[in-house]
Amino acid sequence: MGALSKFEIGGVLARQGILIAFVLFMIAFTIANQRFLDPDNILGVIRSSAILGVMALGVTFVVISGNLDLSVGSMMSFSTIVVLDLHDKIGPALAIPAMFIMTLALGALIGFLVGYLKLNSLIVTLGMLSAIHGLTLTYSGGKNMDIADKAGTWFSVFGQGSILGIPVPILIFALLAAVLGTMLAKTPFGRKVYAVGGNGVAATFSGIRRARVVFMCYLLSSFCVATAGLIQASRSLGSQNTVGQGLELEVLAAVILGGASLMGGSGTIFKTVIGVLILGFIQNGLLLVGLQFYAQYVVTWIIIILAVWLDIAAKRGRLWSPIA
Amino acid sequence: MAPGTLSNYLKSGAIWAFIVLELAFFSIAGEYFSLSDKAFMDFDNMLLLFKQSAPIGIIAMGMTIIMVNGNIDLSVGATYALCAIVLLDSMTWPIFAGLGDAVIPISWALALLTGVLLGALNGLIVWKTGVDAFIVTLGSMLGYRGLVFMYNGEQPTSHLNWTLVDFAEAQFLGLHTATWFLLAVTVAIWFLMNRTVHGRNAYAIGDNRSAAVNAGIRVGPHMMINFMIIGFLAALSAVVFYSESGSVNPNDGELYELWIITAVVLGGTKLTGGSGSIVSTFGGVLAIQLLRKGLAHIGADTSTVNLVIGLILIAVLFLDRQLNLKGKEELRV
Repeated sequence: MGALSKFEIGGVLARQGILIAFVLFMIAFTIANQRFLDPDNILGVIRSSAILGVMALGVTFVVISGNLDLSVGSMMSFSTIVVLDLHDKIGPALAIPAMFIMTLALGALIGFLVGYLKLNSLIVTLGMLSAIHGLTLTYSGGKNMDIADKAGTWFSVFGQGSILGIPVPILIFALLAAVLGTMLAKTPFGRKVYAVGGNGVAATFSGIRRARVVFMCYLLSSFCVATAGLIQASRSLGSQNTVGQGLELEVLAAVILGGASLMGGSGTIFKTVIGVLILGFIQNGLLLVGLQFYAQYVVTWIIIILAVWLDIAAKRGRLWSPIA
Repeated sequence: MAPGTLSNYLKSGAIWAFIVLELAFFSIAGEYFSLSDKAFMDFDNMLLLFKQSAPIGIIAMGMTIIMVNGNIDLSVGATYALCAIVLLDSMTWPIFAGLGDAVIPISWALALLTGVLLGALNGLIVWKTGVDAFIVTLGSMLGYRGLVFMYNGEQPTSHLNWTLVDFAEAQFLGLHTATWFLLAVTVAIWFLMNRTVHGRNAYAIGDNRSAAVNAGIRVGPHMMINFMIIGFLAALSAVVFYSESGSVNPNDGELYELWIITAVVLGGTKLTGGSGSIVSTFGGVLAIQLLRKGLAHIGADTSTVNLVIGLILIAVLFLDRQLNLKGKEELRV
C-alpha cells in the first residue's frame, strides 16, 4: 500500500504537474510582492497574454492533429498590417472581413499543402513563415502602418475597450477558448482531431477523412491568427511589419507547457489556456520580484523542459530516459 | 544499373543543376534589370559569395549531422550570438589586460568552449530526459537568447582588435579567411560522416534507431557528441564573423536556424533522419546565398528574397516527395 500510494502521488504530481507548478508560482510571487494579486495586475497580465493566447488556441488544434505551425507569427504580422492598411482605405467595417478572408486563404493554402499533399508540416510552415513575411513586406513596401484618425475610430474597441470593467481582449480570448474548447471536447470534429493525431493510419481505416481534418485545423489556426491580428492592430492602431516575429515559438512554448504532445493526439484547450497564463504570470511575477525582463526567457526555458520531462516521465513510469 | 540508382543521381545532382540554373538566370536577367553594369558572374563577386556563405555554411554542416542523426537544433542562432559576446567581451577583461595580442587565442578558445558547453547541455538534456530535440532546443533557443540579453542588456557589445581584423580580411591563394574556414569545416565534417565510425553510426541511428540499439550502438553519447559539434561550429562561425566586424547586437543570429535548416533541406537531407550528404548541404548553402545575391543584383528587395526562398523550400519538398513516392508505395500498409 505504501509503495502504491507513493507511486500514485508521483503519478498525480507528474500528470497535474503544470497546474501544481502554476499554483506554487502564484503563491511564491504573492508572498514576494503584495501587488501581484491585485485585480488590476491580474487583469493586466491576462489582457497582455490574450494575443498570444488566442493564437495558441488555434495552434493547439494543429498540434493535436500531429502537425506543427511555425507560420503563425509571420501570419499575425500580415493580418495586422492588412487590417490597418485597409482601415483607412475602405473603412473598418469592410477591412475586418477582408483581412479575415485573406488570412483564411493563407491558412487554407497551408492546410492544402499539409493535409491534401501530405507534405511535412515543419518545413511547409517554415517556408510559409518566410514567404508570408515577404508578402507582408511587399504589401506594405516595408513601411510602418498607421491609422490616420486614431482618436475618432470605433476600431479601437477590440484592443482597448472594456465591457463591465473587463477588457475586450480578455472577453474575446475567453469566448474563443470556450467555443473551441467545446468543439474539441464535445463535437465529432474534435474527436476526429484526436484520432488523426493519435494514429493517422487507424483513423483513415475507420473512415475519417484525414486530409480534411488537417485542413480544417489549419483553417481554424489562421482564424485565430486573424483574431489576434485584429486585437493587436486595434490595441496599437499602428504597427511595424515584424510585430509577430518570434511569436510562433512562444505560442508553441505555451501549447507544449499546457501538456500537448508534439507527436499529436493529446492536449486540451483548458491546459493550453493554463500554459498561456503561466507564461504571462511568470513574466509579470519576475518583473515584480525585481528580476530583469530577459530573465523570463531563461525561466521559461527551464519550465518548458521540466514540464515536458515530467509529462513523459509519468507516461513511461521512470524519470531518466531509456536511451542507452 | 540497380533500381533507384537513376533517381539517386537525379536527386544528388539536383542541387547543382539548381545552382547552374540560378547562375544562368541571374546572369541573363542581370543584363536587363541590374542597376550596376558589372556582370553577375564576376570573379570577385563569386569570391564574395563564398565569404558571405561562411557564417550560415559552417553551422549548416553541423546541422546536417544533427538532422542525419534524426534530431534538430533550433538554438544555433542564440548560441552563435552568445559565443560572439564571449569572444568580444573576453578581450576586454582585466585579467587579460597585459597580454596584448596574445589574448586572441585565449578569447577564441573561450568562445569555442562556450559553444561546446551550450551544445553539450542540449545534448545531455536530449539524452538523459528523452525529451524530443525539437522541444529541448526550442526551449534553449529562448534560454540562450535570454542569457545574451542579460549579459549586456540591449546594448551592442563591441571590441575591435586590428590584428584580428587584418587576419579576417586576409586573402590566401585568392580566397578570404572565412572561405578557408568554410572549406576546412566542410572537408572535416565530410571525413567525419563518411570515414569514421561515429559518422556511420549517426546514419545508422537516424535511419532506424531500434535497429541501431540492437546492433549495440550507444545512441545517447553519439547524440551528445553531435550536439557538441554543432555548438562548436556555431561558435566557430561567430569567431570567424565577429573577428572582422567587432560588434555584436543582442539579436544577431535571430532566424539563423531557419536559414540553416532551409539550406540543409534544400541539400536533400531528410528531417526524419538517416539520409543526407555534406556535399549537397554545401550546395544548398551556396544556392541560398546565390539566390540572395542574385535577387539583390536584379534589384529585388529583401521581401522578394523571403517570398522566393519560402516558395522554393515548399516546392523542393513537393518534388522530393514525388520522386520518393514510387519506392514507398510497395511498403505502404
